Amino acid sequence: MTATHAEPAGTGLRQPILQARNLVKTFGRVVGLDGVSLDLYPGEVLAIIGDNGAGKSTLIKCLTGAEIPDSGELMVSGQQVHFKRPQDARLHGIETVYQNLAVSPALDVASNLFLGREERLAGPMGKIFRVLDTKGMRRKAKDELNRLGISTLQDVTVPVENLSGGQRQAVAVARAAAFGSKVVVLDEPTAALGVRESNQVLQLVRDLRDQGLPVILISHNMPHVFDVADRIHIQRLGKCAATITPESHSMTDAVAIMTGAATA
Amino acid sequence: MTQQQTAGPPAAGHADLAEEFLDRQTPLSRIRNVLHRYPALSPAIVLLIAVVVFGVLNDRFLRVENLSLITQQVSVVGTLAIAQTLIILTAGIDLSVGAVMILASMVVAQLSVGNGIPGPLALILGLVVGLGAGALNGFLVTRFRLPPFIVTLGTLNIFVALTLLYSGGSTVRGSSMPGLLTWMGSTFPIGPVRISTGVVMMLLLYIAMAFILGKTAWGRHVYAVGDDKEAARLAGIAVNRVLMSVYLTAGAVLAIGAWIQIGRTNAASPNAGVDLNLDSITAVVIGGTSLFGGRGSIWGSLLGALIVGVFRNGLSLAGLDVLYQTLAVGVLIILAVSIDQWIRKVKS
Repeated sequence: MTATHAEPAGTGLRQPILQARNLVKTFGRVVGLDGVSLDLYPGEVLAIIGDNGAGKSTLIKCLTGAEIPDSGELMVSGQQVHFKRPQDARLHGIETVYQNLAVSPALDVASNLFLGREERLAGPMGKIFRVLDTKGMRRKAKDELNRLGISTLQDVTVPVENLSGGQRQAVAVARAAAFGSKVVVLDEPTAALGVRESNQVLQLVRDLRDQGLPVILISHNMPHVFDVADRIHIQRLGKCAATITPESHSMTDAVAIMTGAATA
Repeated sequence: MTQQQTAGPPAAGHADLAEEFLDRQTPLSRIRNVLHRYPALSPAIVLLIAVVVFGVLNDRFLRVENLSLITQQVSVVGTLAIAQTLIILTAGIDLSVGAVMILASMVVAQLSVGNGIPGPLALILGLVVGLGAGALNGFLVTRFRLPPFIVTLGTLNIFVALTLLYSGGSTVRGSSMPGLLTWMGSTFPIGPVRISTGVVMMLLLYIAMAFILGKTAWGRHVYAVGDDKEAARLAGIAVNRVLMSVYLTAGAVLAIGAWIQIGRTNAASPNAGVDLNLDSITAVVIGGTSLFGGRGSIWGSLLGALIVGVFRNGLSLAGLDVLYQTLAVGVLIILAVSIDQWIRKVKS
């Protein structure tokens, strides 16, 4: 039973970056979340798995401000927060890469990285005429991509629609990881990708973690989850059925817990 | 891990090679890529060809008087096309642009002639009418989440009816208005060409809008909202606020269009401009802006308006019945949308 609440070694000393306590969310009569708690520690990859309708998406939406929980608490670095919009979560450093890849296809890579947080020119051109600092944003976009070690995106002036699926995913991940974010949430990042591109994305997840950035990963793909996750949060029927680690449990165990065939 | 890292770069290299190979497919796909990158290019080519062909067909076509006449004929539709472009860029469509403009022009004319309100104040109240109409459209689109097509189909009828009720169906002649109201119709010479104030106003609006769309965050957000509304929302853009501001801006542009219309026709008539709605959509579509939103350029719409003007003028100079102009415009629309569809297939 100790495994039900697997925590990384030495957690007693460390404060979770993101904490959720007893989140409840209902949609009419449908109970999406039924008192879910979750802790995310610095420098870990926490995977969230669960069957369809288990409340994975609702949980993520509550953590990222896309839905407002009916009750329960959210804390970022120990401070209680109330997210009403995705923008609120962003202001607290929680960045999300959505399953449907929230990128604008017709805009270029740099514009996508800065979408919603554009920078203006210094001086009167920026202040009075509100002119964008396109060159500066392109330069910073390149710097961020280099810092994150994303080598598949060389030209930041290419429209995103001209990129491959893996490259688009890289744009979305880069946008989430760049600019001093604290938590990156990835919703099914490998769902639409081939084997090679999936491996690139998983490597990117490891790179982010190695830089100390905690990652929440939602995935259906057990091999991918067991490949990169440090801990695995299993959702079942709106509740957290167990939190396990790849060391303590096998994939078969995880599937059994997920489907209710076993308890942790 | 190290193994994977060393395996990374060559794999990426292969992908680049593969994409370059796709790029090199055919000369046709290369043309398509260029057209995709510069949406205003295809209307520019069409305009150039049209001018050359009509110039060869009739030597009166290329005379400066005729060319300056075309610009004046285009000034109203060209201005409406600015408003229409903004809305189509957000993946909407505005069927009420002509009706809003006519309503604003009637209000301006009636207030000044019928109620003796001074010209500048009448124009400002016309602007209020334009903004109010834009606010109504924007409110219905953002709050009630109705499709813009339906909203503006409804408001089109409402504005037409309001115009007729308000004006009693009678035309206000320009000769009875203060000079300021008909100022947009006055012309001045630049060398051998006579330019009307209305044309200058239209061009200023284009320059301003091109600047705003191309250089400001608001402009980028307009494109992003039209490109993928949900993606824009998730990126933290206040989608409804952007949409509302687009409809308000369009309303303001339409009010200025009303001023140009009064000058151009030297009158304010409730029955004018029935076909202006569709002509503005035609100009935008021919100008290469995608009806699916997020793609296009404001300059393309100016070129589109000029193309329609050139076709109408050139065909009538060639002595063809006015029905053939309509026929030609119809063919142009279908060609333009077909080209747009073809261009959008680039590598997707």
